[in-house]
Amino acid sequence: MADITYREALRQALREEMLRDERVFLLGEDIGAYGGSYAVTKGLLEEFGEKRVKDTPISETAIIGAAVGAAMDGLRPVAEIMTINFTLVAIDQVINNAAKIHYMFGGQFRCPLVIRTVGGGRRLAATHSQNLEVLFAHIPGLKVVAPATPYDAKGLLKAAIRDDDPVVFIEHSLLYSTRGPVPDEDYVVPIGVSDIKRRGRDVTIVAYSRMTREALIAAEELAKQGIEAEVVDLRTLRPLDMGPVLDSVARTNRAVVVGEDWRSFGIGAEVAARIQEEAFDELDAPVLRVSQLEVPTPYAANLEKLAFPGSRQIVEACQQVLNIQVGAPVAAG
Amino acid sequence: MDNRHAALGLNDDALVAMYEKMLLTRLLDERAWVLNRLGKVHFLVSAQGHEACQVGAAWALRPGVDWLLPYYRDLGVILTIGMTPRDYLLALLAKAEDPNSGGRQMPSHWSYPPLNIFTGSSPVGTQVPHAAGIAYGAKLRGDDIVVYVSFGEGTASQGDVHEGMNFAAVHKLPVIFLCQNNRYAISVPQQKQMAVENVADRAAGYGFPGVVVDGMDPLAVYAAMQEAVERARRGEGPTLIEAKVYRLTPHSSDDDDRTYRPREEVEEWKRRDGVARFKEYLMGVGVWTEEADQELRRRLLAEIDAAVEYAQAAADPEPSDLLRHVYAE
Repeated sequence: MADITYREALRQALREEMLRDERVFLLGEDIGAYGGSYAVTKGLLEEFGEKRVKDTPISETAIIGAAVGAAMDGLRPVAEIMTINFTLVAIDQVINNAAKIHYMFGGQFRCPLVIRTVGGGRRLAATHSQNLEVLFAHIPGLKVVAPATPYDAKGLLKAAIRDDDPVVFIEHSLLYSTRGPVPDEDYVVPIGVSDIKRRGRDVTIVAYSRMTREALIAAEELAKQGIEAEVVDLRTLRPLDMGPVLDSVARTNRAVVVGEDWRSFGIGAEVAARIQEEAFDELDAPVLRVSQLEVPTPYAANLEKLAFPGSRQIVEACQQVLNIQVGAPVAAG
Repeated sequence: MDNRHAALGLNDDALVAMYEKMLLTRLLDERAWVLNRLGKVHFLVSAQGHEACQVGAAWALRPGVDWLLPYYRDLGVILTIGMTPRDYLLALLAKAEDPNSGGRQMPSHWSYPPLNIFTGSSPVGTQVPHAAGIAYGAKLRGDDIVVYVSFGEGTASQGDVHEGMNFAAVHKLPVIFLCQNNRYAISVPQQKQMAVENVADRAAGYGFPGVVVDGMDPLAVYAAMQEAVERARRGEGPTLIEAKVYRLTPHSSDDDDRTYRPREEVEEWKRRDGVARFKEYLMGVGVWTEEADQELRRRLLAEIDAAVEYAQAAADPEPSDLLRHVYAE
């Protein structure tokens, strides 16, 4: 068990899957000699050569479209789209093609492709730091993964590459340098399984990706106030595994759902709806959401800081569902 | 040295004024890097190596009349058309007074309605169809304008570029497409981006002229632009100009070009630097002296110093304005 970064965990997953299965190849912008905009593919060109690590033109539609074709043809492409914002250029290939091919062919063709992309971002403004996971999570036929820790990142990427369906694998730009324990031996984390990251009896915090870390920070803060929060990390957004969430709510009777996306029609809306549909009688308070304010991400640092949620807003939302009077209102979300 | 500018309708004063904009672009860009390395500027995209192309191109446009959809590297274009170092620095530092967006948009994503400068998105190439649309509107209204839209050769691989060019061609719209080919899409060299030598060769496939020019020579770019402007204003439709340039710095303050470009190549292109070459031309035709150059540098640096000072002291955006401008007020 070594302590490695999220970035290194992803790199190991790619490398190990490329060694394990020669059908796996990578394509994307600046992934070769440059090693990827977030340095995840560093060293892979040198090890596997240009046939399996393809630098592409700036052509997101061709990257994903070609990956769809190669996947249908029996390969296991892993397409890197530099940021999730740029997937919008190729959204037709994702939603009208990758997601629907298996269905439209009546199951005769599989589309085992992975689209690795990056959500979040700071100081990159409105069209360069969005959290668009819900666009993909909305679509039947896609699987959507958003890991929070190096362990989950590695295990889920390996599962995604081995999966027979298209997987949108959403990394987070602020997580790449975070560290955590990762086993030396081969393992996968199954897609579609939520994970309890912290036990607690008083309130359930549901989160994913970087917000899981913020939720854990919030839980530490709450513990100092005598509140024990349970943190459930969704890890996969589609298919959504509500089991651990509902079990937790049955014990705590209160829930706060945290996402870095916008509140309206977001991941939090879906999770809150599922809680009230499936555990209405367990609830002692309305389910609250913590999310980005409904504004495109501003460039100015002071405005951006106000727009994004963090541990402070999570703490306040938990206090609110526990009906603990606090001075400040919930600022974000 | 032969006089090449008179035939283009440029007198000596215009020549010196062009050089001034080129030098201003270079010095301002260099200052932005210093501010970045001092931790005062979070992010910048550099124009170094593109100045000759940009000033030569903008010189053929009418400020406040023609429309511009410059891409993020076009510092020389926006300075030539009339934005100021102060405007640039206010955006770079995301200040409330930033005339582009009040600190909302990324730096170098220019927007300035008084000069008909239209902002772009971060996914590249999306401005190209916009240019076609603006030109279509102008044609419907009978306005005598041209629309300038620029992009790198990397962006030329985007579908939006193809669609925008085809639309402009079909409707014979007054659009000038300027591809500033600096040979690298961040790290990916041209031969991995396209199987042709010139982006301009593609113009034939749309049915309008494609011209290749030396982008390190402002007079060559100006001449090509003049012709394209005249063609557009005669109602004959778009032109694609490909200016061969070289970016002398990394793509942005966030990448290290040593991983993908040999140092000898960068050094070789520095010897062909457009700013230095144009200064030599000015001196060669007898309109410029070393003393005048030193004096100009002093004046431009003083202007930049003042702009930096002003921008640093300027107020940040008001937190109470956080939710403004999402919808019309």
